Amino acid sequence: MKNILLLGDEAIAQGAIDGGLSGCYAYPGTPSTEIMEYIQHNKTAAETNIHRVWAANEKTAFESAIGMSYAGKRSLVCFKHVGLNVAADAFMNSAITGINGGLVIVSADDPSMHSSQNEQDSRVYAKFAMIPVLEPCNQQEAYDMAYAAFEFSENIGLPVMIRITTRLAHSRSNVATKSPKRQNDLHLPKTAKQFILLPAIARRSYELLLEKQETMQQLSEKSTFNKYIDGKNKSLGIITTGIGYNYLMENYGDKPCDYPVLKISQYPLPRNFVEKIYNECNQILVAEEGYPVVEEMLKGFIHDNSKIRGRLSGDIPRTGELTPTILAKALKFDIDEPCDIPDLVASRPPQLCQGCSHRDVAEMVNNAMSEYGKGRVFSDIGCYTLMALPPFNAIDTCVEMGASITMAKGAADAGLVPSLAIIGDSTFTHSGMTGLLDAVNEKSPITIIISDNYTTGMTGGQDSSGTNKLAEICKGVGVDAEHIRIIIPLKKNFEENLAILKDEMKYDGVSVIIAQRECIQTFARRVKAKK
Amino acid sequence: MKTDIILAGVGGQGILSIAAAIGLAAIENKLFIKQAEVHGMSQRGGDVQSNLRISDKEIASDLIPTGNADIIVAIEPMESLRYLPYLSKNGRIITNNTPYINIPNYPEIETVINEIKKNPKNIILDADAIAKDIGSPRSSNMVMLGAASHFINIKFESIENAVRSLFLSKGSDVAELNVKALNVGRREVNI
Repeated sequence: MKNILLLGDEAIAQGAIDGGLSGCYAYPGTPSTEIMEYIQHNKTAAETNIHRVWAANEKTAFESAIGMSYAGKRSLVCFKHVGLNVAADAFMNSAITGINGGLVIVSADDPSMHSSQNEQDSRVYAKFAMIPVLEPCNQQEAYDMAYAAFEFSENIGLPVMIRITTRLAHSRSNVATKSPKRQNDLHLPKTAKQFILLPAIARRSYELLLEKQETMQQLSEKSTFNKYIDGKNKSLGIITTGIGYNYLMENYGDKPCDYPVLKISQYPLPRNFVEKIYNECNQILVAEEGYPVVEEMLKGFIHDNSKIRGRLSGDIPRTGELTPTILAKALKFDIDEPCDIPDLVASRPPQLCQGCSHRDVAEMVNNAMSEYGKGRVFSDIGCYTLMALPPFNAIDTCVEMGASITMAKGAADAGLVPSLAIIGDSTFTHSGMTGLLDAVNEKSPITIIISDNYTTGMTGGQDSSGTNKLAEICKGVGVDAEHIRIIIPLKKNFEENLAILKDEMKYDGVSVIIAQRECIQTFARRVKAKK
Repeated sequence: MKTDIILAGVGGQGILSIAAAIGLAAIENKLFIKQAEVHGMSQRGGDVQSNLRISDKEIASDLIPTGNADIIVAIEPMESLRYLPYLSKNGRIITNNTPYINIPNYPEIETVINEIKKNPKNIILDADAIAKDIGSPRSSNMVMLGAASHFINIKFESIENAVRSLFLSKGSDVAELNVKALNVGRREVNI
């Protein structure tokens, strides 16, 4: 047993490795990226040949993880919360097939939207799929849960979700590790046709899933991750989920909380404990990160239950992550209002690095679009989303991964011609390629710029699936070779590149301009490593 | 015995190296530690901070409650002020005085320094110049850590060892330069 300093993400990775992991599948996304990165750099993972290569997107990652589970081995699939949307088809149906080797899903939510476009709560998805959830309150629990989750998954025959939020993912603390377990041997599912979801079979499998719900409930009631800590003062009972427990206890320092506390870290909600705290206390405060999932369940549809307090009642802000101060206010503690930030402090939004190729692309686009006016540039998720900020203000949309191409197509369908799409290389192979096929099939008059920096930049420079393959992919999808243009976005090429862009925007069909120049961050790292 | 520290700067200035060094030193001394950091989008030239908590007892929250930080250590002067709501009444600001200007509306540096001086306990030094003097212009973060080391309840040798092992992968000359920056920074502050 060792004591090491780990991020929440890294604790999950180490727990999974020690828990007998055979393969990790993931697509980068803040705050989940460091799970795969840790496994990629881990010595044991290399020695025991754990699969640890980035997938093209979350759906392909999830399906590969199901495949590894089918073959009897333990697999881990990781992504940020919105990644689960991409993987949702595989996710929902993996609950119906059940598993063979343990299958653990890590979905990292981002309340307060530090690096995301929404605050969706993965616990809602898990309830939708009817699978168990583990929600660690600290790094040690993150480790312990990942370590135990494969066995849990194999015992109940279902995938198990570990839900974390940004603060735990990206906070470091001491973690004590356990002795490593062996990987599973290759073995096929015991039940023939378990993984064939034809309606006749799926109906039986669904019945099985429903039957398992009671077992899941019993396991939650017995789980050591859920704790009922009694208190003398029954005027209030406090239910915390995940990291909410820490913020509560922070307010008591070395003293115990005098109210009864129910710490939830495993779902479905343990009915025994919830009934006990509800019956014994006059009021209930629910402190959970993300959506008011537990609060809404307790309040019921009519919301006439004033005994329940939390995000819906306004005791805790409806949006954003929890903090110790928010808990202090909800507990009506007498705390000093913090001083204000001095007025002179200017906001410092993130920006594209100096020398970044996206800067040259943004300038080229702004110049080309000046004759058509604003509102015609569709983009999506990546470093290049920062083109939306001053001084560029170069893009008009950013909805989700891959939407640049398909939104430009839809707008062109409506008559907005020319429409331009800007997409990164990693996002293109993540979910731009299929949209490109739609555009090719309809000969849509759109111009697509793939701003190719050979990496997944925003998350820190992970491998990009399509590096050195983009022109061939576009050709294969059916873009006319004459309208696949490769440019190098450097200042000295500005006039030449601009002419190419203007030229292609006049073409009545699909053009792809691949603007290729290495990310300056990965470039700097490569040069340093060579020295 | 608990120390709550807010590390502040601009993405790329090296506050995570400060955090990592203190973390290593804390582990060596069998202390408990919680260190929340910012990854992802805001790392690109935006304001970044890290909440760092060290204690001989278990720590509950990863985040420092408002009005509770013992020190703010900043590699950039305006950034030291952004986290004032977190500083305790007796808290100390320890900051570099070289501005990092990557926004058009950066305030006059004199007004920034005057605002910092309004806090009764403040230490302002030119970490960039000090780092340049010793021939390691990229080590201003370690200069700041040295200056702050007086107020962190960890033996200085442990911090020294931590800095050395942290930078060893980049070569022993780089490691020694950073240790030097740490020492020079420490000597800048007389207490």
